[in-house]
Formats: sequence, structure tokens, C-alpha cells
Amino acid sequence: MTQQPHRAVVGTDQPRVDGRLKVTGKARYAADHGPAEGVDGIVHAVLVESSIGRGRITGIDTRAAENLPGVLRVIHHGNAPRLPYRDNPFPDSINPPGERLRAFQDDLVRFFGEPVGVVVATTLEVARHAARLVEVTYDVELPVVDLSRAPADEPETYARGDADTAWEAAEVHLEMTYRMSRNHHNAMEPHAIIARWQGERLTVWDKTQWVADPRNELAAVFGIPREAVRCLSPFVGGAFGNGGRTWVHSAIAALAAREVRRPVKLVLTRRQQYFTAGFRPGYEYTMRVGSDRRGRITAMVHDVRGESSRYERHSDDLSIGRMLYAIPHVRQAVRHVPLDISTPTWMRGPGWSSAAYTIESALDELAHELEIDPIELRMRNEPTQDPATGQPFSTRRLRECYDVGAREFGWHRRNPTPGVARDGDWLIGMGMAAGAYMTERAAAQAHVRLDANGTAVVQSATSDIGPGTHTSMTQVAADALGLPMGAVEFRLGDTALPPAPIQALAWTMASVGSAVQDACDRLRRRAIALAVDDERSPLHGVDPDDVAVERGRMHARDDPSRGETYRQLLARNNRPFLGLTGSYNPEESRFSMYAYSAIFAEVAVDARLGLVRVRRMLGVFDAGRIINPRLADSQALGGMIGGISQALLEHTVTDHRDGRIVNANLADYLVPVNADIPDMRAIYVDSVDDKADPIGVKGLGEIVIVGVAPAVANAVFNATGRRIRDLPITPEALLGL
Amino acid sequence: MFPFSYTNASSLQEALDHGQRGGRYIAGGTTLVDLMRETVERPDELVDISGLPLTEITMTPRGGLRIGALARMADVAAEPKVRNTYPVISQALELSASAQLRNMATIGGNIMQRTRCAYFRDVSADCNKRLPGSGCAALHGYNRTHAILGTSESCVCTHPSDLAVALAALEAVVHLVGPDGERDVALTDFLLLPGGTPHREHAVRPGELIAAVEIPAHPRPLRSGYLKVRDRQSYEFALTSAAVALHIRGGVIRAAKVAAGGVGTVPWKLTAVEDHLIGRRRSPQLWSAAADLATEGARPLDHNRFKIDLLKRTVERQLLIVGGTE
Repeated sequence: MTQQPHRAVVGTDQPRVDGRLKVTGKARYAADHGPAEGVDGIVHAVLVESSIGRGRITGIDTRAAENLPGVLRVIHHGNAPRLPYRDNPFPDSINPPGERLRAFQDDLVRFFGEPVGVVVATTLEVARHAARLVEVTYDVELPVVDLSRAPADEPETYARGDADTAWEAAEVHLEMTYRMSRNHHNAMEPHAIIARWQGERLTVWDKTQWVADPRNELAAVFGIPREAVRCLSPFVGGAFGNGGRTWVHSAIAALAAREVRRPVKLVLTRRQQYFTAGFRPGYEYTMRVGSDRRGRITAMVHDVRGESSRYERHSDDLSIGRMLYAIPHVRQAVRHVPLDISTPTWMRGPGWSSAAYTIESALDELAHELEIDPIELRMRNEPTQDPATGQPFSTRRLRECYDVGAREFGWHRRNPTPGVARDGDWLIGMGMAAGAYMTERAAAQAHVRLDANGTAVVQSATSDIGPGTHTSMTQVAADALGLPMGAVEFRLGDTALPPAPIQALAWTMASVGSAVQDACDRLRRRAIALAVDDERSPLHGVDPDDVAVERGRMHARDDPSRGETYRQLLARNNRPFLGLTGSYNPEESRFSMYAYSAIFAEVAVDARLGLVRVRRMLGVFDAGRIINPRLADSQALGGMIGGISQALLEHTVTDHRDGRIVNANLADYLVPVNADIPDMRAIYVDSVDDKADPIGVKGLGEIVIVGVAPAVANAVFNATGRRIRDLPITPEALLGL
Repeated sequence: MFPFSYTNASSLQEALDHGQRGGRYIAGGTTLVDLMRETVERPDELVDISGLPLTEITMTPRGGLRIGALARMADVAAEPKVRNTYPVISQALELSASAQLRNMATIGGNIMQRTRCAYFRDVSADCNKRLPGSGCAALHGYNRTHAILGTSESCVCTHPSDLAVALAALEAVVHLVGPDGERDVALTDFLLLPGGTPHREHAVRPGELIAAVEIPAHPRPLRSGYLKVRDRQSYEFALTSAAVALHIRGGVIRAAKVAAGGVGTVPWKLTAVEDHLIGRRRSPQLWSAAADLATEGARPLDHNRFKIDLLKRTVERQLLIVGGTE
């Protein structure tokens, strides 16, 4: 098989190909679409949300709203048509088990802020005002929203060995309970959708992490074939997981558009983002760790309670507890606590970051108890094969992450005695933690078309929620085709394109990237085959394996002067283009495949005032091939900032009396500002993983947050001697030092 | 947002005429527009006063400082007269809001800004301030950021301004102009305790307008500064704050002006702290003993008990920062 001679742009620092569009406001996000895309006469929908946490709607008075000039319809359960709401039959649906929230199909209120009506009007201002004038009356019931008090479901359990007995028998055994607050994604772009019907065909411009899901879900909701739905999503302003599922507001927008027979735009307000677009569930996580005196961990027992809704059952993946260390006896019991809240969903590093917080905090507690350096303790429990499956690792360079991180961070300067290092009023501490995230891959397709002018268009129905997929795919395609990046355009975000999986699980590069690689490799070979078979080509008769392409010119490897360009080849053969579809269909791997991290944090704590400042952070990542260091840094720094935020700031507050989310806005729900973010650095250990996928990546977008929060918490302990087991770490928790 | 009419006042008299008929004054709009969008505020008429000539910052003949009500926060913070004479004012302003907001918001509006209580801002919640008689959802709700001083059964929210804390410490006076002429009210009398009428927040009479704020002359040299404790390092309201100004001669405190923020339903003048300091020699023990008096009369709620300790420590730290030690 022919291989390109070298990777010209893969692995190099490249600016985003769509950067200029974004910073000049020309990138069109879901709500930006309109007449330029042929969508005329858009009207505006605004949700009316419940002001109670549980109960029944007894009346809806829409008269004042409907009397406003410009109001077209007020739709609610009393006048909404019954919708088919078929089960979403598609195998890649990520709807969790249960009955999904439906658009105005009954009078039940399941949680505070549930949509109970929608106003459609000719302007946004009128629609917003009218929504405020809708008067809803309720039979109010007391909601149950307190994770710590509500009963839990039967546990889902994992066990190897006999962890409880081994823990009892261990020379050293610790038991701790950690609590993690509920977190909301708070992507910069709010959820937004424009829905347009043309007869029985529906087109939506939706904010989503994969266009296939709104298509599949809306087809199921309205009982129409999925071929009748098209979803477009060319740009996404961040998602972090909350654009994975197709939420009820998308169905409401499509319903409203059908009712008023006009295209409808619906944009959630920031406040509404907190109600029906998912969140990272809160956890109460009891951890028992047993080890011998030398730090060999013999048992780890996880007893977990996590938030879920009553109408669906959301499960995070906590399996990092099974694979991170060579522990013979492990038990995990995960209980879901059904509450009168909306359904949680995936949020960056879902499950992995939550469980890593407890595991890596517990390891730090054990290291302190045993008076062993935290890195050394981890080294002593480093497995040689996957502890859960027995499989060999594709690559696992966690030791190297520790070594590089310790050296670059100056770990040797850490005083193992907590509460001793000082800088003025500030206590100084260092902490570290490890992380892992699975390397997953999914089937994907990509189409490539090489035009007679020598440029190529590559297309796949994937998304770019921020990692820079437009750019990274362009790099892969450019190298495989032997074209400069400027001659390649990558298009995504349209169900009319070849199918791709959700942009999640950090698997886009492995999955779509491999499909792009396949398509472009095959197209290059097709062009070479055409040339070597063409008597008029200078390459006629050359072994195709001996032909390479650089900057759009095919040439013989041993005689670069012998060759011709794609343009010459196509022109001579009267071919307007060459095109084909490539694919990637991953097989079950016999390897254990994960990305790994070692995170190092230095904090300063003002012990009198309870203030924590992260002064330095270093993340060392074993994530396989890095396609573009600049994009990787953008992922890594963003993920680490998210982790700092999880450790110190983020906390969705629910009023237990009525289920109200008290801080459903960006003034009261705290995310970091620039002043909170320290000197940060990411290092990627050299680790192309050829066993993982054809392009050797292991996925970066999720691992970058895993281990960050415990590194910060461990640093706070080192600074103060105080172990805070609740996230976020607040000033009040640190007072009384 | 409820519909409203808008008038751009071209003269003080025109503004007062509209104000007397119920028009609401708007300048920077950084609070009012926000609350109108949440439908917490529903004025029928807005009277835009931002074009009126009330932006001057001047030293008064007696050595005080007069700041026009329409001076922008950013401009006041940067003004050398302010920085040099009352750094506590500049610091309080610069630790407020964001650069963008400080470029818009005015001094008068800053004093008039309304509470950040989440229940006040959520029109589906009970709030006596927004809807008298509806109850106080914060009293037994989530009240981590709420007040421990000056509260009542009707209302437990804080006054959010940092500037007002510095002004209260310095015993500033509010100059009002109205249909019946001009009058002066001490800032600490201008902002009202909630009592049973939390919807009454200040002493403004119908149609009255803040023209300026005046800080009286204090003995010199006067060291001053502002400390703000909060969860994140910028763009957040105070959990606790302390404005401190001290006149020290020969190591003895001759004048002390101290107020606290983030803890009171109004900016909280700490007279007991001030009294304890006067005539005493500065020392870490003095700062600590004085700060212990900061929480006299404090009543914590379910989630803000920590503010009692935190307030003492905040005041102590800021006394130390401003007053130093021998």
C-alpha cells in the first residue's frame, strides 16, 4: 500500500481554519440562520417554565398573552396535539432508560422549571413579554430534591475479589465520604434551534454535538421517517456534553413551527439552560481503601449515591475505579437516587472526573497516612496489564507522565509535612493526581472530492464543539491527499453528509479522523492509479507504491522530477472531479486502551480568610498522537480550567423546599474569571498509539479534566493540613484553621 | 420586559418634572435594565439623566471631596484626587463589578443599586421587597450570601455596593435635588434598614435625584483601604468586606472610620470598632480586639454562620493592612 512520505501538517502547530470566521462574527451558529440560508419569515418562541417543583397544572390563563399584538399562539398541554413519541429506535440513541420528557403531553410537573407552555410571536420582545403574562395555576406537591436524604434505587455493582473482607483485613484501612456538587455545563452558546417544516419534511438548525440525534429524535417524536428530517449545525459555541441529547425544547420548537406554519426560532435563556439541558449529577461517594504498610493497595470499595431524575435513569461511567491501579479486591456499588429534578447528562469527563476525584483524594490520604510520597504510592500500584480485564495495554505511559511532571513542576520542592510552607499570609501547598479516560472509537464515514482545480472538499456529519475539528480533519486530509491545508476544505454538521458519531467521548479524531484518512488515502491511490495507467502521464508505468504526492503533485519517489499535478491529470482525462467515500469500522480490540494524565497543582491558601488561589498547574498527558499542539493546548488548558472550577467554584444550588434552582444565572453560579487562572502548562508525552486506531490518537478532550479537581484538593491539604472532602472547596470550609 | 416610555432629559428641570410624575431615573442602567429584563422592575417611564452635567469631581473648600452623581465608576476610581486622598474609594470601585460595568455605571446608580438576593431577582419566589407581604424566601432558604446584621423577619438581603461601604466609613453625605429644592442626607441615614418595610430602601422623596456625594474633610494624614473577600478573584460581590480609614499620630489612633460590606442589609458602620480604636496605640492585639466588636448584634442564618468569623477576620486583616504595627 502506498504511504505518504511524511506528515507535513499533522503534528504541527496550526491556527484554526475557521478562526477568522469566528472572531469576525461570520461563523453562523444555530440561532444565526435566516434569510441567507433561505429561511424567511422566522417567528420567535419563548418557553414558559413551571414555578413549582412538583405537582399538576390546574389552569393556564393565556388571555393576556394572546391579546398582545404580534402573538401568534400560546401552546400548552391543554391545546397541544398528541404527538406519536415513538421510541427512538436508532441504535446510537443516547436517551437513557425511562420515559423521556415530552412536549406538553400531560399536566404533570416533574421538576422546577419544566416547560409548561410556549409563546410564539412575530418578535422576540413580544414573545418574551407574552410568556411573562401567561398565568399558570398548580396543585403543588412537595418535591424531593435532597440527594443526602432521598432513598436510592437498587445498586449496580461491580466486584472482583472480596473487597469488603480484604478491606477489613488490611493493615491500614481508611474510610472517607466525599461530596460533589451538581455542576452545569454553561457553554457560552445557549441552546438554540430554528425549525422549519416544508410539508411533512422538517429542517432544523440546532445546537448539537451530532446532527444525527436531533434528526432521529424528532423523527421519533413526530412519527415521521428520519429521512424526512434534516439537521444542520455548522458551528457550536461549546457544549461540554449538554449538546449530546436532543432536549425537549427542540421538540417544542418543531411543534410550534408546525402549529403556526412558519419557521420558529427558540433560544433558551441562560436561566432556562439550568432547567432542561442536563447537568453533571451531584454525588455522595464513600470510599474505603485498604493497603499494607508499604503502600500496596489490597482493597478499594466504592459506595456511590448519584442524582438522577424520576422519569429517566442517568448513569455516569465510574469504571476508572476498576482500571487505574493494580488492586486485587474492588467492589463498586452505584445507587441512583431518583429526585424531582430534570435528568442529568454527560459533562466533560463524565463519571471519570467524579470518580477520579474520590480515588485520587483517597490515594493522597493514604500516602499521607503511610508517609509515602504520593507519586511513589501510585508507582507501587501501577499495573502491568489491565486490572479489570487482564488485557495488555495498547500504550500506558503513566509512569512517564509522573516522571516528566515531577521534574517539570519541581515536585521535589514539595514539603511532605502539610501546613508548613509559607509565603506571607499564604500557606503554600503542592498536590498531584492521576487520571484516565477510555479510548473509544465508533464507525464513521467521510466523503472526499478532488476537484479539477486541484482543491479538495472532505465532508462528514461530525461536529466541532470547540476542539477544532474543522482544522484537525483538514490537517489529516491534507497530508493524506498530499495537498496544502489551504487547498482542502472540511465540512461538517449536516445530516446530508456521510454519517459520523456524536462528538463526545473524545473519539472524534480516532473515528472520523480515521474515516477521513481512509477516504483520502483511497482517493490519492485512485489518482495515482489513474496516472500510472495513463499513457500520457509522465508517471505511466511507475509502480503505484513508488508514487508520492506533495503539494498536489504526484511524483516518483526515486525521481521527483518525474510527475504531474492532480490538476493536469484530471484536465487531461476530462474528469471534473474524483470522489469517493471512506469509512472506519473499528473492531473489538484485544488491548486495554486509555488516555492518561498526571496533574500537578500548586495552591496558596489564606488560612485566616479561607481563600484558595491556584498558583501553578501542569498537566502531563498520555493521549497518543497530537494532531495539532495548538488545538491540544486549547483543549488541555480549557479542561484544566474546568477542573479548577469544579474544585473551587461550581455548585448548582437547589432550594430543598420547592426544588428551585437558586443560582440559575452566571452571576450566582460561579465559573472562573481570568484572575482565577494561574500559570498553566500542558505537556504531551510522545505516545503515538498504533494499536488504538489508524491515526494513533487516544483522545484528548475528556482526559484533560480528569484528575484536576483532586490535584487541587490535594494541594490544599498539603498547604493547610486540612482535608476538605466536599466540592467545591469554599472559604467557610477552610475557616477555623 | 414590560413596555415603558423613554425620555431623554435635556435639563435638570426637565428631569425633575418627569421624576415628579413618577418617571424612573436611569443613567448607566446596569442594574435597572437588568432587573427590567427579569421583570423585577416594571417602570412605566424611564427618564434618562445621563446627559445632565453632574459628573464633576472636586475638592471642597474645607478639604472634602465632592463626586457628581453621574461620574462613572471607572473615572472616579482613576481620578488622582480620589486616589491620593481616599484610596479606599478607588479600591472599593476597582474591586466592583467588571471593567465594562465600571465604564457604564455611575456613582448615584451604584448607591441606588438593588440587592443581589436570588429570590428578589426571581419573580416566581416570595419576596417582601419586590412584593410586600409575600414573605421572605431567603429567611429559611439558601442564604449563604445574605446578611447577618440589620436583618428583620421581612428581609435578610445585603446591600451589594462596595462603594457605599467606603462612603459609609467616611461618613459621606448624599446631596439631593428635588421639586422642593436641595437637601443633604447622611449616607447611613439615606439607606434604610428593612424593618417591616423592605420595599422602602432609601430616603429619596418622589421626584428627587441624587446630584452628588460629598465626603467630608478628615484629619490628615489619613491612611485608607478596602478589602473584599469573595469566592472568585474578580467580578463577584463580597462575602465580607471592610473599608478602613485611620489617622494615626505617634503610633496612636486619633481617628478611625470603619465599615463592613457583604454582611449588612445596609453598609454597616462599625462604630464600636471605631470607638475601641480611638486613643489606643496600634498593635496586632488592638486590631484583633477591635475586630471582635465588628459582629455585635449579628444574627446568622442557616447558611451564613461563617460570616461572623469571616467578618472579624476581614476587619482585623484590613486594620492591620491600613494601620500596620509599630
